[in-house]
Amino acid sequence: MTSSVVALLPELVLLLGAVGCLLLGSWTPRRRQGRVRGVAGLVVLGFLAATVRGLLAPSTTAFSDTFAVDEVTGLLRVVVGLALLVLLALAGDEVAGHPRESEVYVLLLLGADGVLLVGGSTDLAVLVVGFLLASIPLYGLIGLSTASTAPEAALKTYLVGALSGIVLMLGAAVLHGLAGSTAYADLDAGVTAAPTAAGAAGVVLVLVGLLFKAGAVPAHFWVPDAVQGSWVTSAAFLTTVPKLGAVVAIMRLLDALPRQDVWPALVAVLAAVSMSVGNLAALTQDDVRRLLGWSTISQVGYLLAVVAAVPAVDRARPTLLLFLAGYAVTNLACFAVLRAEPGRVRVEQWQGAARRRPALTAALGVSLLGLVGTPPTAVFVAKVLTIAVTWEAGLAWLAVLVAANTVLSLAYYLRWLAACLARAGGDAARTADARTGPGRAPAALAVGCAGAAVLLGLVAGPVLALAG
Amino acid sequence: MLSVLVLLPLLAAALLLVPGVSDRWARWAFVGVTLVEVVLAAVLWARFEDPGVNGLAFEQQVSWIPGLGASYHVGLDGLSLALVVMTCVVFAACAVYALGDEQRPRLQAALFLALETTCLGVFAAADLIVFFLFFDLSIVGMYLAIHGWGHGDRARSALQFFLYTFLGSLALLLGFIGLYVASEPRTFDMVELAASPPLQGSGATGVLVLGAVLLGLAIKTPTVPFHTWLPPAHTDAPAIGSAVLAGVMLKLGTYGFVRIAMPMLPDAWRAWAPVLVVVGIVSVLWGALVALAQSDLKRMIAYTSVNHMGYVVLAVGAAGVIADGTADAEAARTTAVTGAATQMVSHGLLTSALFLLAGVVWSRRGSYALAEYGGLARPAPRFAALLVLAALGSLGLPGLSGFIAELQVFAGSIAVVPWSAVALLGILLMTAVLLRALQQLLTGPVHGLAEGFADVRAREGLPVAVLLALAVVVGLAPRPLLDLLEPAAAAAAALVAR
Repeated sequence: MTSSVVALLPELVLLLGAVGCLLLGSWTPRRRQGRVRGVAGLVVLGFLAATVRGLLAPSTTAFSDTFAVDEVTGLLRVVVGLALLVLLALAGDEVAGHPRESEVYVLLLLGADGVLLVGGSTDLAVLVVGFLLASIPLYGLIGLSTASTAPEAALKTYLVGALSGIVLMLGAAVLHGLAGSTAYADLDAGVTAAPTAAGAAGVVLVLVGLLFKAGAVPAHFWVPDAVQGSWVTSAAFLTTVPKLGAVVAIMRLLDALPRQDVWPALVAVLAAVSMSVGNLAALTQDDVRRLLGWSTISQVGYLLAVVAAVPAVDRARPTLLLFLAGYAVTNLACFAVLRAEPGRVRVEQWQGAARRRPALTAALGVSLLGLVGTPPTAVFVAKVLTIAVTWEAGLAWLAVLVAANTVLSLAYYLRWLAACLARAGGDAARTADARTGPGRAPAALAVGCAGAAVLLGLVAGPVLALAG
Repeated sequence: MLSVLVLLPLLAAALLLVPGVSDRWARWAFVGVTLVEVVLAAVLWARFEDPGVNGLAFEQQVSWIPGLGASYHVGLDGLSLALVVMTCVVFAACAVYALGDEQRPRLQAALFLALETTCLGVFAAADLIVFFLFFDLSIVGMYLAIHGWGHGDRARSALQFFLYTFLGSLALLLGFIGLYVASEPRTFDMVELAASPPLQGSGATGVLVLGAVLLGLAIKTPTVPFHTWLPPAHTDAPAIGSAVLAGVMLKLGTYGFVRIAMPMLPDAWRAWAPVLVVVGIVSVLWGALVALAQSDLKRMIAYTSVNHMGYVVLAVGAAGVIADGTADAEAARTTAVTGAATQMVSHGLLTSALFLLAGVVWSRRGSYALAEYGGLARPAPRFAALLVLAALGSLGLPGLSGFIAELQVFAGSIAVVPWSAVALLGILLMTAVLLRALQQLLTGPVHGLAEGFADVRAREGLPVAVLLALAVVVGLAPRPLLDLLEPAAAAAAALVAR
């Protein structure tokens, strides 16, 4: 028990910190809620410190093998912790003075904790708990926004999420019935022995639940609405953090299922559909928030492609972790740019942005090209590795599809970039300029994140070694 | 030393991005850095000793992603050194030419210096990932150059250029990964891959992987039918952008043929050789014929590039046709590859000069339409002299570098593939194209936009004159260049015959 508590110390720090922030928030006058953010930041720093301590210790499991504390969990914690710091800074700019300011910070911490639980769990029961803890703060985060579209977005997310949760629980129940246990370790024998249809039903149902968390096809359609309808902070959170945990969870599940079986192929197909649907839908988007929403759906497709290769290729696991980290920092940079220019929503409103805000546009350019996979950013290295590992895993068609989708995605990322470079012509851009506040903090965040994306690409070697 | 040469422009570009730098200062910094690069390249040449087959001079290697078998690995052989020197010269010429540019000179200087790093990086790379990294970044840089400093329908042209060449680079990446997956132990190192080519005797897989590599390189080169991005990109690019694009960046593709495709996939290269010969011949003839039909000076020059790159493809294709193993055939194939390499250098010098001259026309009158000019020789004699010399070089007149290149290409290719003699027609057509353009622009009564046309100024004429002087030097005394290129070409030809 003691060792379990020590192993889960980072998660506990986050949980207790969130409760502490909630209490502090209720006793703090509304005008001075900014200090809750400071405390939340300290909590995350404490979480990161505990994480580093955990990284130095040997791999272990906690609470009777229901939670794995290995390099994967360790790196997931690092990425989530750093993402939380960025998100808190972003939130400080956006929600300061809002009546529910401290609740936003609490929800961010709790949601991230749930995501870590999803990512680390090696037991279906814990997975379900983690799913709920990761989802419910998300609904709150979307719904708290004052935007008129927020209630609809929250409701949509809630309905899809609740349905996915039920499907996940149903799948967990089926697998429990087949394997006689909820532990991943027993799934291999259980699913192999069971009738094919029953095993398939169980696995697919669990997968669907996780795909909602990941924002991947077929449980994806809440993503663009939620991104468009909520705060930039919430949008940045929901397109980054839950995906990390969900993708890791799918990887763990896949690893536990019978080897040399159809499951990698199924994940490969889901990956292929997700990246293609995301990219095709993003092509026609005029609202940059929706564009980014669809783009994240396609990015999850690439991530799932790596997951599909995990059982067959050893190097896929470090690749996935690098990709997760690279994706997170690049995606956060994009949203920080959005926050720095709140007046520019439609693509054509970005005209003239390069001239008015060169550093910010450069950050946007680096992150958009980074999402495409242009060297030397982190996603480039990750994508090269993705193509390599899927190829090695015997999924050459998927490797080709990843490359083809990358070309497809260029069209819409470039459309946005081209608009930034164009001269400010239309009234739309002028009104956008007029409405734009200074947004210094988000701009600095965007530049920092874009720089980190490049840096992570340059030091990809050590990161991979750490993850492997 | 080599890394300094490659990375110095990037460093300078970063410094120029500091907002306080004045435009005047930036222009001269651009010139200064590119001249330093020329000196550095000259020093490298002076200290160069042929490293032999599969060796590299000035080699440097730093571990980057050990798990992936990728490292920062650079080095030069004769071919890459020649192209590095040519690149430095072209950029220096562009820097001098750009002294008069008024449009955001500070950013332009930074952008082109960064571009110089990417181009040098591709030629120096000895690791496929490093190669790809610079290859891809060069596309981003050129996109920004066309978008930011071009004219006409520049946004559309830039986007088309980007999408097309990026698609090519992804095909290239797929091919690289195919090589990587097949190598044992897994590596992206170009020296190791060339020393023990993976996929030898693998039949269809090798052919497919080379297909992906060839597609990527063919788009970049460009050869027919992948050339359609080139004319709009050139027409709407700024003068120095066109000069860099045609003079240096087209070579990134043909260089890849000799550096990557031939030594790493010799078996598959031989299987593809007939296709390459045909593509080369079609490019030669198609490029010339379409150039003949152009009424726009810059589009015409762009199409002559398709023609000239066709010679390169023809020669490297012919080098893969192994009819018999006699010493004569071996020598002919070496000659063909040497010709291809010479053509890369020669085309870099001559086409850059032509595009800079086209830039002069645009800066005076804002039109490239051949029909709107006439009798330019009278108001602008220096311009006329330079243009005539560049055009004569481009059509392969003896005494100029283009002749040396094309002579070797044909001597080598026809010896191996006799029917490739059809491509000789291309030279004839090219003569017609260029003479017709000269006639329309320069001769006859002064009319249209030619009236009051100001002659070239020093900062415009000097870089062009230097480029042309080098073309003359190569034409009259080709030995130093050939001494550099021949061992590398012989090595490539021998590697294909494995």
